[in-house]
Amino acid sequence: MKADPRGVLTGVHFIDGDHACCEGALAAGARFAAGYPITPSTEVVERFAARVPTVGGTFIQMEDELAASITLQGAVWGGAKAFTVTSGPGFSLMMEHIGYAAMTETPCVFVDVQRGGPSTGLPTLPAQADMMQARWGSHGDYEIIALCPNSPQECFDLTIKAFNLAEEFRVPVMFMMDEVVGHMTEKVVIPPADEIEVTPRRHTHKAVEDYLPYQTNGDMVPEMAHAGEGYRFHVTGLTHDERGYPNMTPQTQDKLVRRLQNKVRAATDRIAMFEEEQLEGADVVVVSYGITSRVAQRAIDVARERGMRVGKLRLITAWPFPENKIRELAAEVKAFVVPELNLGQMVREVERAADGRAKTYPVSHAGGGVHNPEEILRVIVEASRCR
Amino acid sequence: MQLTEIRVAGFGGQGVILSAIVLGKAASIYQGAFATMTQNFGPEARGGACSAQLILSDSPVLYPYVTRPDILVVMSQEAYTRFVPELKEGGTLIVEEDLVRVSDLNRGVRVYGVPATRIAEELGKRMVLNAVMVGFFTAITHLLDAEAVRKAVADSVPPSFRELNLKAFERGFEYGNNALTGKPTALELENEHTYSQEYSDSC
Repeated sequence: MKADPRGVLTGVHFIDGDHACCEGALAAGARFAAGYPITPSTEVVERFAARVPTVGGTFIQMEDELAASITLQGAVWGGAKAFTVTSGPGFSLMMEHIGYAAMTETPCVFVDVQRGGPSTGLPTLPAQADMMQARWGSHGDYEIIALCPNSPQECFDLTIKAFNLAEEFRVPVMFMMDEVVGHMTEKVVIPPADEIEVTPRRHTHKAVEDYLPYQTNGDMVPEMAHAGEGYRFHVTGLTHDERGYPNMTPQTQDKLVRRLQNKVRAATDRIAMFEEEQLEGADVVVVSYGITSRVAQRAIDVARERGMRVGKLRLITAWPFPENKIRELAAEVKAFVVPELNLGQMVREVERAADGRAKTYPVSHAGGGVHNPEEILRVIVEASRCR
Repeated sequence: MQLTEIRVAGFGGQGVILSAIVLGKAASIYQGAFATMTQNFGPEARGGACSAQLILSDSPVLYPYVTRPDILVVMSQEAYTRFVPELKEGGTLIVEEDLVRVSDLNRGVRVYGVPATRIAEELGKRMVLNAVMVGFFTAITHLLDAEAVRKAVADSVPPSFRELNLKAFERGFEYGNNALTGKPTALELENEHTYSQEYSDSC
């Protein structure tokens, strides 16, 4: 369906990534956010708090991130599209409720504008060191989806995508920005509402007496009913059956948890978005995401000028990890070079998927700034000489 | 437009960030080029030094930060001292000439000064000194179409201040054109007077 025009600020703007993310959320139909503002994500909710009352929505500044991350889920079960926004320290506190959203299949978006960590770390400076936390931060087996924008324009476009994926798969979607992208100001084009596709809630079409909250109808994703509509439903973080009632058997656990995983895993290739360039005939492929992909491009360009055959694979979807793509490439290239603003996170996934068929070179950075393109170039040169 | 790195710096309250936004908007929205602006965050953003980095180019900007600015615009002595060492050899230095004393400078740097604050005060509001600076910048650098910058000024300020800001832009623009052609400016014909002012607003 098309976006509600009330939430769409159609026009050409010169705004930063945080503000663009907020506009993306409004365009996607988000009418509720709960947050505990934290640098460098504050501008997202600052703008949302000012904008959302004009389109009939609510922002609540909560007492902490635990409250924020569960309040938004209440809003979702009440019928709203909802999200929260945070950075590393707050993201850590939200992990409990990200697991809850995964278990209860609550469609929602968690925006993490990454800064240097661990702990309080570098509040005003960038990192990409929450990538594994986004995937594995809560306990138990589950799947999430994570997207990585590299410009304010993508902060707008991909926030809409994040909400759409959340609705389609009924999962919490992690929107993994970084401080540079969040605070960088560029041109952002917001199209007319009738050009923006939004995914509606998977609302049940069944009669009240036929509805079972966690019954799937062949495609692994159950349909929702909202509080107050007369449907009987039960939402719990305990292992539950199709009725939503707790059922503590290994059989129910197996059925439920495998489905939670498989509904996303089976769709990995469909969810995977990446930008690729000159992969054919490449000796070395640089795999990057977020702000690092732009810094890496400089190194790639220089390497090509020097005659090296360098391909580019920019991950837009980080999770589920597009391992088939890496596996295919690993059979054809000599090596992968993976620059990221952490001491080695997504590079481990690349290495796992390459499975020894191509070498993998990390270009690590502890955060607090971006790479010097020279560092990336040096590793590209080293990688192109391997074997 | 070749890739051009610009740093605008001063102290909180001078409209440093807004100047960079106006220039970036002019380039990317009204002139079909690309612009990326970042601002320095951190404790120094309160009251003290305030700086914005702007990169303009014909092709998409990749690396988001300014490394060696081609153009440095400074509106305070502190900003001058801090940022002048990074200015590219043969670069352009634009200063608020009443607030910045230029010294120890060679490296083929071209220096242009404008008493932006004084001009803004003549117009009735010291606040519009940044619009004067933007006008001066537009005339001196020839990087952007004046018409594109006028549009960017007009849609970056509240409607009630639009006319005043556009007037301030024109005064700065004219001052810059006169500086380039060597014509004496109205202010140069007046007697020199000392100037100092307290600023306390944040960035």
